[in-house]
Amino acid sequence: MTSAGPLVEVRQLTVSIGQRTFCRDLDLSLQPGERLAILGRNGAGKSTLLSVLAGLRVPQAGEVRLNGATYAELGARRSALLRGWLPQSRGDAFAATVLETALVGRHPHLDRWGWESTKDAQIVRAALAAVDLADFEQRDIQTLSGGERQRLAIATLLAQAPQLFLLDEPIAYLDLKHQIAMLELFATAARENNAAVAMVLHEPALAWRFCDRVLLVHSDGLTECGPTRTMLTAERLSALYHYPMLAVECEGRMSFLPK
Amino acid sequence: MPTRRRALLILLALAALALASVLLALGAGSVRIPLREVLSALFDGSANVHGEVVRSLRLPRALAGFACGGLLALAGALLQVLLRNPLADPYVLGISGGAGVGAILAILFGLGAAAIGGAAFVGALAAMLVVFGLAHGDGSWTQSRLLLTGVIVAAGCGAVVALILSIAPDHKLHGMLFWLMGDLAQATSPHLALGMLVAVLVIVMPFARELNLLTRGADLAQALGVQVGRLRRGIYLVASLATAAAVTQAGSIGFIGLIVPHLVRLAAGNDQRLLLPASALAGGSLLVIADTLARTVIAPQQLPVGVLTALIGVPVFLFLLARDARRRG
Repeated sequence: MTSAGPLVEVRQLTVSIGQRTFCRDLDLSLQPGERLAILGRNGAGKSTLLSVLAGLRVPQAGEVRLNGATYAELGARRSALLRGWLPQSRGDAFAATVLETALVGRHPHLDRWGWESTKDAQIVRAALAAVDLADFEQRDIQTLSGGERQRLAIATLLAQAPQLFLLDEPIAYLDLKHQIAMLELFATAARENNAAVAMVLHEPALAWRFCDRVLLVHSDGLTECGPTRTMLTAERLSALYHYPMLAVECEGRMSFLPK
Repeated sequence: MPTRRRALLILLALAALALASVLLALGAGSVRIPLREVLSALFDGSANVHGEVVRSLRLPRALAGFACGGLLALAGALLQVLLRNPLADPYVLGISGGAGVGAILAILFGLGAAAIGGAAFVGALAAMLVVFGLAHGDGSWTQSRLLLTGVIVAAGCGAVVALILSIAPDHKLHGMLFWLMGDLAQATSPHLALGMLVAVLVIVMPFARELNLLTRGADLAQALGVQVGRLRRGIYLVASLATAAAVTQAGSIGFIGLIVPHLVRLAAGNDQRLLLPASALAGGSLLVIADTLARTVIAPQQLPVGVLTALIGVPVFLFLLARDARRRG
């Protein structure tokens, strides 16, 4: 199924909205099994870059290729079988149960007239169990807390079962236990299912622990990409966040504290 | 868990309701006709007066009412998804306003029923093109912008209608008011509206699951494999044409398009694969029942059916809303 090349590849990518350019001439590729963290200040363009990678926004220049093909060549449905996208915010206009909401993830796997089968329901129930929402099936989504809603969105993404996960702040609203649990979940998907993961994070220590590579998105449109150990230093993070940072090592793991 | 079997059962029950409502409409009226005679008039072609009343007066009106109710409910359901707004109804985008201006002008100039219908349709299409052109002009498309453009165009049309009403001669006011409140008395040929209802269902049903995704947001729908831009334009066009066809036939009948999709949603959930056909059946049935009441409550005088749809719809809706709040709380 997976070709030998990178799962996603961008060349000479420039992303801008109106007059502002967020990243310039970015070259990036992700192999199956790789996990990339995207770090940067608020408004630096991390989410915009992620939606360009997801094919939801057209870049100013350059192109995005999934398994060697552009989004236009793949079409919406075949793209949806390859890449999944976790948006940062969701509004629910209508009431729906947790199970119905997560079943939406199976859409690209069904044909036009198809209804969700019991096998789809099994996949979705497993996904709900994986995010610790097993007993929530019949709950109305409008009664969920922010963190539960976030885990439901992750379950929907797991039900979609893409090879490339593009996650915009996947651990927002989550308590500490669930932050680690969700990041472990994606680490497992990368290790065992050869998925590639790119996620926007605001916690460098978690990026250090859960990612192989880091992309730093600076506010002026410059980007730096490299292995986690070389990119995550107090010096680089201080420059990135425009705030002095301190690197602390504890039980073999790095933590980064604002001074 | 949505299943095909559950959807079919609910649709069968609603189809039975639709059939019962049409039979009720055929039997009730200033002359009561028993069911046995209604059936023989329909199937044996009995030549007596009752047979004539059923076949050439009540049947066309009942079928036209059913088609209009179905079209309005369907258009309402589609626009609520398109705008991701539970308060959207078929008139929110100014289509009935445009139709109203056309129809009222036709009545003012003393044109016949067919010309009034034609003018209403032209007005509806004009409003639709204006709203679409303004909201979509630069290629961008946001729900709030479309909604605001529609609301403003509708307000403008309302002002024009009020202006015409204030200068119209007294003997034409009654006809104008009935048209504005919604009235099926002029509905004598149901074929166009019925054909439109079937056509709209045939067009939208293949996209019903994609519409489910659209309720979760455009970007998420796109990420899950929906061609959002194309789908939205198509839904806008289809919902507008459905509304225009209904309004042309029966004037601006209120509440059906807003309330019926909500009734179905509260009773059977928000899966568009079930919601769209169920709304069509329930909307048609509700309008036929309301029109039957409009003809019979103070017979031989007739009420505008739009008043009765509101009088029936509002308490039912409030009851379901209260029940839903209790169940969730």
